[in-house]
Amino acid sequence: MASPMWFEIFRQLFDRPFTNPFPVKYAPKNMHAVAKAIEEGKVRINPPVPVPDNFRGKIEYDREACIGCRMCIKVCPANAIEFVPPPDGGPKGGKVKFYMSRCTFCELCTEICPKHCIRMSTEFLMADTNKYSDNLVITDSGRFAEQPPPQAPPKPASPPDAGQQPASGE
Amino acid sequence: MSKCSYTLPIGPVHPALKEPTMFKFVMDGEIVKEVDVQPGVNHRGIEFIGMRRNPLQVLHLAERICGICSIVHQYAFTMASEKAAGINDIPERAQYIRTIMAELERIHSHVLWAGVAAHELGFDTLLHWTWKLREDVQDVLEYISGNRVNYAMYYQGGVRRDISPEKIPRIKEMISAYRREFQKLADAFLEDPLFKHRTVNVGVLTKKDALETSAVGPTTRGSGVPKDVRVDQPYGGYADLDLKPCLPEQMGYPNTGDTYAKTVVRILEVGQSLDIIEFCLDNMPPGPIRWEMNVNKVLMHMKKAGGEAIGMTEAPRGEMIHYVRLDPGDENVSAWKVRASTYNNIIAWQKMLVGAQIADVAIVAASIDPCIGCMDRVTVVDGETGKEGVMTKEDFYRLSVRKTRRLRRMKGKPSGGGW
Repeated sequence: MASPMWFEIFRQLFDRPFTNPFPVKYAPKNMHAVAKAIEEGKVRINPPVPVPDNFRGKIEYDREACIGCRMCIKVCPANAIEFVPPPDGGPKGGKVKFYMSRCTFCELCTEICPKHCIRMSTEFLMADTNKYSDNLVITDSGRFAEQPPPQAPPKPASPPDAGQQPASGE
Repeated sequence: MSKCSYTLPIGPVHPALKEPTMFKFVMDGEIVKEVDVQPGVNHRGIEFIGMRRNPLQVLHLAERICGICSIVHQYAFTMASEKAAGINDIPERAQYIRTIMAELERIHSHVLWAGVAAHELGFDTLLHWTWKLREDVQDVLEYISGNRVNYAMYYQGGVRRDISPEKIPRIKEMISAYRREFQKLADAFLEDPLFKHRTVNVGVLTKKDALETSAVGPTTRGSGVPKDVRVDQPYGGYADLDLKPCLPEQMGYPNTGDTYAKTVVRILEVGQSLDIIEFCLDNMPPGPIRWEMNVNKVLMHMKKAGGEAIGMTEAPRGEMIHYVRLDPGDENVSAWKVRASTYNNIIAWQKMLVGAQIADVAIVAASIDPCIGCMDRVTVVDGETGKEGVMTKEDFYRLSVRKTRRLRRMKGKPSGGGW
């Protein structure tokens, strides 16, 4: 039967494949051997597709700048952030710990942080066999080189009206 | 020999079903005589998880109810919680960005459905070709939001990411690319003799049945019922648009309600979505994208506010409702109820599957674009015996009487949470 698809199907034969093979051009039989060969510099990595502008990857955390206000813990939808109380047991100086295996990459902790000590990097290679490996539990990523400039929040469309009666449904 | 019928179970896990659900067919030879659908095996208790979280956290949980129509769940929850908390002045620019995102997702969902439909017919070449087409809209979604799925764009009082002017050319490029491919897509499905053979007069839902089962979305529009939340109760940027529900007759095909008619509706809606996105991009007003930039202030406002509200959106599969109640002083969402579009549409399965051949079950079931993950909101389990069951009319009557008695005993005391 004559299908309108025939022309498209034959055209596909001459098209370049859309898929970007990563990390190497051909599917390897043994991934571990390839990983080792890449480490030794014998095999060259086929670069991945560049990430988009707003990409949300692995979290980076500036432990020193953190004041332990726990705002990030409050908004995290997946409860991926754990509070680490200060060693001396005092009221100040607590820090946080991020479990990337639970992270949903929503960027709320980054937005709410008053000290801008959390940010999302472009790193996406996070596959691991152990959920709690060092790669996936973030305790400190060092000082951020340049602090993001404190954003002057644009004026809200209208200030929140505290005395407003809330709407009660439709 | 006496005539006998036999029962054929399909599911809960079956290669023809993309998600777990249970069918029981009473068969007469090849023909389906009776259908019994027993959902409830994909219940994850999402609403209960949500009731232990604050509205900002639930935003991202709502997004994960469904993997395909994730943004409409977030949209409905955002609207419901905004109404409940009394956040009324959402910037217009944010409304337009919300509309653009919802329509981009509609294109992605409909093109994905078309591929699944082709796959159910055994036409896998068409499946791969349509999913290649889908990559373009996925790339644009990633370009705007940073992720291919689970975009995390919405927010009480606005959106979280702006569509800046330098991003618009890339989106326009996508629109023109889809307009070029649109006729090819329509021809590949609607002019294909094989596709016609398998879908015309298969899985018919008459207009009367569509109204009686209160089906929603393309399922009901295929039968000629002009029902569309975007037209009937416009929200977001849709209010500025002159929209009409897509019916098969617009493409010169009668509103028969068969699987072919539903395909026509979905293909028409891809074109409609392209027009909506183009309109929104051209007419996007300047201004802020959030009602309040400080996330913490939004959180505090939601904590102080009280009220209940309903948020309605037109998902790719049809009308979707979220009910939200917030209590003043309580940080968490007090009550959350999701009614997804598939919940209405699976009732239409009973009408559509009767009279179909067993080989047509897969395509007829797929024709409503079922999403069991969205739909399975409740499983009835007896706490003492651990047995699963079905609630009948008598059970509800018994429960209702019991609650009246309980309230009578509690007369004078505050009624608590209402549970």
